[in-house]
Amino acid sequence: MVPIAYYLVLAAVLFCIGIGSFLIKRNIITIFMSIELMLNAVNLTFVAFAHQWKLVHGQIFVFFVMVVAAAEAAVGLAIIIAIFRARHTLNVDQINLMKN
Amino acid sequence: MSPQYLWFIPLLPFLGFLVNGTVGRRLPRAAVAGVALLFTGLSAVLVAWLWVTMKAANAPLSMSIASRPWITVPGFHVDFAFAVDHLTLIMLGVITGVGFLIHLYSVGYMAHEEGYWRFFAYLNLFMFFMLVLVLAESFLLLFVGWEGVGLASYLLIGFYFTKDSASNAGKKAFVVNRIGDFGFLLAMFLTIAHFGTLSFSRVFAQITAQPELHGGFLTAIALLLVLGAAGKSAQIPLYVWLPDAMEGPTPVSALIHAATMVTAGIYMVARSHVLFDRSPLALSVVAVIGATTAIFAACIGLVQNDIKRVLAYSTVSQLGYMFMGCGVAAYSAAVFHLMTHAFFKALLFLAAGSVIHSLSGEQDMRVMGGLRKRIPVTFWTMTVAVFAIAGFWPFAGFFSKDEILYQTFASNNPLAKVLWAVGVITAGLTSFYMFRLWFKTFFGAERFDEALLGQAAHAGAHPAGHDENQHPHSHGVHESPWVMLAPLVVLALLSIIGGWVGNPEALGGHNEIQHFLDPVFASTAHAEGALNADHVSHGLERGLAAVSLLVAALGLGFAYLFYYRKPGTLGAKSANSGLYRLVANKFYVDELYYFVIVKPLESGSNFLLENVVEQGVVNGSARALAFITRGGSNLTQRMQSGNIRSYAGWLAAGAAVVLFIMAVTSLHLR
Amino acid sequence: MQLVLFLIFAVLCVAGALNLLFQRHPINSALSLVVVMMSLAVIYWTLGAEFLAAAQVIVYAGAIMVLFVFVVMLLNAGEEERTTGSRAAYIAGIPGVAAILALLTYIFMHERTALGHATLGGSLNHTTSNITEISRVLFTELLLPFEVTSILILVAILGAVVLARKEQ
Repeated sequence: MVPIAYYLVLAAVLFCIGIGSFLIKRNIITIFMSIELMLNAVNLTFVAFAHQWKLVHGQIFVFFVMVVAAAEAAVGLAIIIAIFRARHTLNVDQINLMKN
Repeated sequence: MSPQYLWFIPLLPFLGFLVNGTVGRRLPRAAVAGVALLFTGLSAVLVAWLWVTMKAANAPLSMSIASRPWITVPGFHVDFAFAVDHLTLIMLGVITGVGFLIHLYSVGYMAHEEGYWRFFAYLNLFMFFMLVLVLAESFLLLFVGWEGVGLASYLLIGFYFTKDSASNAGKKAFVVNRIGDFGFLLAMFLTIAHFGTLSFSRVFAQITAQPELHGGFLTAIALLLVLGAAGKSAQIPLYVWLPDAMEGPTPVSALIHAATMVTAGIYMVARSHVLFDRSPLALSVVAVIGATTAIFAACIGLVQNDIKRVLAYSTVSQLGYMFMGCGVAAYSAAVFHLMTHAFFKALLFLAAGSVIHSLSGEQDMRVMGGLRKRIPVTFWTMTVAVFAIAGFWPFAGFFSKDEILYQTFASNNPLAKVLWAVGVITAGLTSFYMFRLWFKTFFGAERFDEALLGQAAHAGAHPAGHDENQHPHSHGVHESPWVMLAPLVVLALLSIIGGWVGNPEALGGHNEIQHFLDPVFASTAHAEGALNADHVSHGLERGLAAVSLLVAALGLGFAYLFYYRKPGTLGAKSANSGLYRLVANKFYVDELYYFVIVKPLESGSNFLLENVVEQGVVNGSARALAFITRGGSNLTQRMQSGNIRSYAGWLAAGAAVVLFIMAVTSLHLR
Repeated sequence: MQLVLFLIFAVLCVAGALNLLFQRHPINSALSLVVVMMSLAVIYWTLGAEFLAAAQVIVYAGAIMVLFVFVVMLLNAGEEERTTGSRAAYIAGIPGVAAILALLTYIFMHERTALGHATLGGSLNHTTSNITEISRVLFTELLLPFEVTSILILVAILGAVVLARKEQ
């Protein structure tokens, strides 16, 4: 008998670690992975609430999130490859052509 | 006539103003004139009917009508109310009668002017406001008329608005009048504070009900009213606008600045006599101002060369007489002189206008002369007027001026004899300068060149020609058309017989006008400490009349000597005299006002409003706004760094804020 | 007993996430993320979402993370360099993160009792299985989003192909 709040807190912690790593890391791919971590945290939240309300719609939402995450990962990585070809660096600080 | 018709008396000219003001531009001149004459004439007919009603046997001594309430606040209430008593009747007769005659005259005089419709529209507007002024039953409604005639005067003085001198004169008149209005306003505020009402009947009833009320705040109210009257009636120190007002067309000078508007101050003082009788100090001030103005203006009028300026200063001087009459509590004498003065002064101005018209715009007396044979009707009517104003028997001016002088001499005022002496000297000066005008204009050699008439005006050789730009035809000296001469004849008749209603008992008459006005001024006779004459002495009156006649004859004699027998003598002798220059420059009063009042005001407001307010506040706030925007945008520009991580950082912070707000508001934590 | 299960895998999740944070080479981060996802799958199973647990392993850990690893290999990403970077990220971000963590934890712990408890497996519906229930809802009520999502995937495939093409 685990209180659902614990699951939610776990999800919050994972989410915040995801944001933290987004802020700290410099490699684009790692930043992308931290986005995936955040999405997973949100998934956990949905599942926990689905369990609380005894409805399956939360899980279906997670299903869709996974699908979209997959699509997003595909496109995002393609963009990263394109940027790498143009700038020859994976350091996000040097991708600053949008300055000012 | 039922009181309901009282509303129409001022409203008819107002209708004329509306018609001429809106569609008059497109109407033919005859229609414009017809509209103006019709509405003014109808108003005059109504006044005549009113006279008949109120002079009938068993007629009421006053008639009034009030409207729905105008202002109703706790503690103060005022209506639109008209009231007619005998004083009002005289004023109404003068305004509508003389007004109608001047309208008729203007049809001919302004026939070749631009803005014909505008002139008659303003003239009707003036009639409306003046009638409201005399019919008003409260200080507030009187003030409405007061301000309105000031407005009409400004519009009409500046009628030739393309000329700088004319528009400046209009502004000067309005601003100087405003100073007087300020006094009037303060007087009204004090009245509300002490009496709680502005209605004449209620204020005066309250004063009469308290016989012990004397001096104090009543003096304050009275003195402030005097300030207002000094502005409107061109007394010292606010007379400076009247000579400049001659920039307007001559009918305007006749109507507004001789017969009606400038008498509004006298009327207001006479109307408030109950108040003034309780304040001997205020009355003395009025008398002194009147006498001083009379002699001061007469001196300046002695040396003027423009025919209209002479008449302007003469008006100021005669108004001084009326003021003096009020100052010795001889209100009916002052009103009598007001009436006769309206007749002969209007006649003088209109005749002068006829002279100017015949000379195609020439106004300088130094280039007139010998017009007696050329414009006979004008000559004879003007002669009547000159004799009237000089105070010769049996013309109108003799009776009214004499009444004032007698009342002054016999009054209880400590300065009575001095005031009388000033009045007599002024009468002599008046006679002198009027006959000087008469001789210079109509007698002697013709000093003008007939072929050049109208062209000197074009070349701008002297200022203020009557219509120099629009009167190109100079077909020699010609008499004016009948539409201009008929009013002259009527006014000449009135100047002869108009004084006979005031023929005093000492000279065999019944002094009808005094008895007519007795119901209005009755309380004056019984007021304690009053400055009016205690008893009537026929011998004294006859003696004083003889002195006045003697002085007038002296004036005629000197003028005859210097301007007919040996013309030019005075001119040669005095041209280099310092005294002459002082008087000819109007005692430098205008210059004094300029340096003491106008210039400091101008530079002070320039400093304050231009530098402090305009540059500092207005420009400064705009610049500050720009500075803030630029600074703010500089700061926020740093956010556009192009760096993804900084964006992420701000995102996280923003998300935290949003989450916080949501937690607090919707989840009701804390 | 369920609590112990939960704690073990929760600790694994957090440890993996922290490892993702602290590792310098992206491949290490990727592998840590795989650990996180596996642990999450177990946690889903304890919450009664068996289908999702399976999907998590197959799709997330099996496909997406493999994609990440491939890209790391392709781009020859090396260890991260230490560059100066932006200060705003630290100044605004770290407090923001801390605030979010604090807020969420507080909210969830505050409503602990209202949220109730999780019982192990099959508690959703005693008669039907989880997968039956999901498919029933997915293909009847939420059919439209399902179809739209398939179009989304198509678009994503096209986009990925176009973007990653070599310049001709």
